[in-house]
Amino acid sequence: MYQYSEQDHQLLLERVAQFRGQVERRLKGDLSEEEFKHQRLRNGLYLQLHAYMLRVAIPYGLLSSDQMRTLAHIARKYDKGYGHFSTRQNIQYNWPKLEDVPDILDDLAKVEMHAIQTSGNCIRNTTSDPLAGVARDEVEDPRPYCELIRQWSTFHPEFNFLPRKFKIAVSGAIHDRAAVAVHDIGLRLIKNDGGETGFEVLVGGGLGRTPMIGKTIRSFLPKQDMLTYLEAILRVYNQLGRRDNLYKARIKILVHETGEEKFRELVEAEWEKIKTSGLFIRDEDFAWIKGFFKDPEYENLLDQDGNYENLLLSNLDFARWADKNIELHKQSGYRIVYLSLKTAHQPPGDVTADQMDAIADLADKYSLGQIRTTHRQNLVLSDVKLKDLPALWEELAALDLATPNYNHVTDIISCPGLDYCALATARSIPISQAITARFDDYDYVNDLGDVSINISGCINACGHHHVANIGILGVNKKGTEVYQLTLGGSAREDAAIGKIIGPAFEADEIVDAIDKVLSVYLENREDPEETFLTTYRRVGQPLFKERLYG
Amino acid sequence: MDSYIKDRKAEGDEWMPFTGLEESSSLPTGDIYVPLEEWLKSRESLLERNGRLGVALSNTDDPALIKDDLDRLDLVVLEFPKMADGRAFSQARLLRERYGFKGEIRATGDVLYDQLFYMQRCGINGFELRNDQDVSNSLKAFDEMTVTYQPASDEEFPIWRRED
Repeated sequence: MYQYSEQDHQLLLERVAQFRGQVERRLKGDLSEEEFKHQRLRNGLYLQLHAYMLRVAIPYGLLSSDQMRTLAHIARKYDKGYGHFSTRQNIQYNWPKLEDVPDILDDLAKVEMHAIQTSGNCIRNTTSDPLAGVARDEVEDPRPYCELIRQWSTFHPEFNFLPRKFKIAVSGAIHDRAAVAVHDIGLRLIKNDGGETGFEVLVGGGLGRTPMIGKTIRSFLPKQDMLTYLEAILRVYNQLGRRDNLYKARIKILVHETGEEKFRELVEAEWEKIKTSGLFIRDEDFAWIKGFFKDPEYENLLDQDGNYENLLLSNLDFARWADKNIELHKQSGYRIVYLSLKTAHQPPGDVTADQMDAIADLADKYSLGQIRTTHRQNLVLSDVKLKDLPALWEELAALDLATPNYNHVTDIISCPGLDYCALATARSIPISQAITARFDDYDYVNDLGDVSINISGCINACGHHHVANIGILGVNKKGTEVYQLTLGGSAREDAAIGKIIGPAFEADEIVDAIDKVLSVYLENREDPEETFLTTYRRVGQPLFKERLYG
Repeated sequence: MDSYIKDRKAEGDEWMPFTGLEESSSLPTGDIYVPLEEWLKSRESLLERNGRLGVALSNTDDPALIKDDLDRLDLVVLEFPKMADGRAFSQARLLRERYGFKGEIRATGDVLYDQLFYMQRCGINGFELRNDQDVSNSLKAFDEMTVTYQPASDEEFPIWRRED
C-alpha cells in the first residue's frame, strides 16, 4: 500500500495543529458555530442527534493491521467501544467529545490516517473496488489511480468550497463493486482497441432526493489525462453548479439542466486548455505510484488442499460459509474472504474494538497484514491461503464474523437512521435487524440467492435504497414511522434506480411485505439460477403489486 | 482600522471603489476600481485618466471578458459573498494562470482566516478582511500549511513532479 513520505507526514501534523487551533477558537468563542461548521465538516466532524460524529477516511478502503489497531484504540479510548463502517468505505465514531477530536487526529496521524475531507462541500475520500489487485475480472489495479486522485484532491485550493459535496469512485474490473454509476464522477478502467489503458468517465450520478445514474461523457480517456480531465470537470462545476438551492447543488443537477451534450462540450473546452499542464501524468509518475501497489510475493501453490476439501464435506457450517463468503483469487492457492458485518447482534457495519483488534491479528496471521472495507459495509481479507481457510473460519466464527450471507438477503446496507442521525425521519437499524431475524434459515437465504436490501432512514438516501434490488425508505407520516418499498434498483454495472411499488407500510408490516416480495420472486423465477433482479426485470411490477396490495 | 493585507503584509488601502461614471460631471482622480459593467461601457474615458485602474467582477462573470484588458489594469476585485461560495477561487486561478495577470487580485466579502491559505494558492494577493477579523493574527494563516499536493497559481507541478 501507499507509504507516506516525510512531506505527507508533515502535512498531517500541520493539519492536526490547524484543527486544534480551530477547536480552541471555537471553544473560546472566537469562531461562531456557523463558521466553525465549515471547518469541522471539512474534517469529518458532524453534529448528530446526541453527540458529535467523527468520520475517519480510509482511502479507497485499504487498511493495514496497525491502522485497524489504532481504530480499535480510538473506539475504546474516545468512544463507546465500537465503530461503524460506512458505504463509502470509511469508519464513523458516534460519540467523540469535541475537545478530544484533536487528540484523536494526533493518534490517527501516527498511522498515516486522518479525517480530511470526509465531509463538507469538497472532494470526498475516493472509493474503489475492495477486491482491487486480487480480483480475477480486473482490467487494471485502480489503487494507484485512486492514490493520485487522493493527493490531487487533498486541500485542493480551488475546489474546497464547491456548491455541494463531491464523490469520486474508481473501478478497475469488469464487475462494478464500487457503485461508480451513482457517484458525482465514476471512473471505469478499460482498455481500448489498441490495448491502451484509460477510463470511461461517468458524471452526474448520485442518490439523495433526486437519484440519477451517471452519464458517460467520455467513452475513453487516456490514463495520462485523468487528473487534467478531473480538474476540468470540477472547474466547470465550481463555476456553474447551482448555489441557490441546497437540493439542486449536486453536479447531477448541473448535468441534467445543462444537458449532457452541452455539459460535455464545456468540459472538453476547458480540458483542451489544461490538458498539457503540470497535472498531465507521465510514465515515470505511473511507475512511481504503481511501485506502492506491486503484487506481494505470492507463494506458488496448488489450487487445492486436502484438509479444506475434507472439511467442506464433513462440516456443514464451514461448507456454507465457504460457499457464501469466499471468492476466487487471481493467484492459484489463494482466496478472498469476506468478513460479514451483518449479524442479528450488531447494527450493519458496526464492529467492536475487540473485534477490530482480533481482525488486525487475523490479517497479520493469514492475509499479509491488510484489510479492506467494502461499499456494502463488510470487510475483506484479500490474500488468504486456501490451506488456512479452516483455521481462519474457526476464528472468524468465534468472533461472530462468519455469517454466511455475503450478497444475500441479510447482507443489508443500512444508514444509522433515527437512532443517531439528526436528519433521519425514521429508524433504520431496527428494521434491518427485524429482517435479519426473520430470514435466519440458511437454506431459504441460499435459495433466494443474490439479492440486495438497502435501508435509508430519510430521503437523503445514505442507505442507498434507490439502488437496492429491494429498497426501503423510512419516512415520518403524521408522527408515525412508515416504510416505502422500491424494487428493481442496482448499484452494479447494470446500475438502475428502483421504482416505488405503492403506499408505505407500517414498521410492523414491512418485514411481511419483504417476505411477500421474495415469495413472488421464488414463484416466478424461470430457474434457481435466475436472480431476483432478473426475474423482476422480466415480469415487472404488477405481480408484486398485486401480492402486496391486492 | 486597516483590515487589508497585501502580499502578506498589513497595508493601508489606496484604492477607491467607483460607480456612476455616466452621471458624474468629472472623472474621479486617484486609484479607482469600477464594476465590470462600467468598464465595458466606459473603457476609453477611464483609460484617459491619470491614476491606476481596477475592475470588480461579480463571481458569476467570466474572467475571459477582461482578458485583453489585463495589461492596462492594476487590480481585479473578486467577491466571496459568503464563505461557502467558492466560485471566485476559479476566477482567480484563470486570471493568474491562464490570462497571465500580474497585478493585484483582491478578495472581498467573507474573507476569513481559514480561507486565506487557499486564496493565496489561487493567486489572490490582496485581502480585504471582513471587519471582525484581526489583521495581525490573520497573517499567521498563510503559514499554517507548508505542504501542498497539487498545482495551483503558486506551483506548476503536483508534489510528485517537483524537484526538491
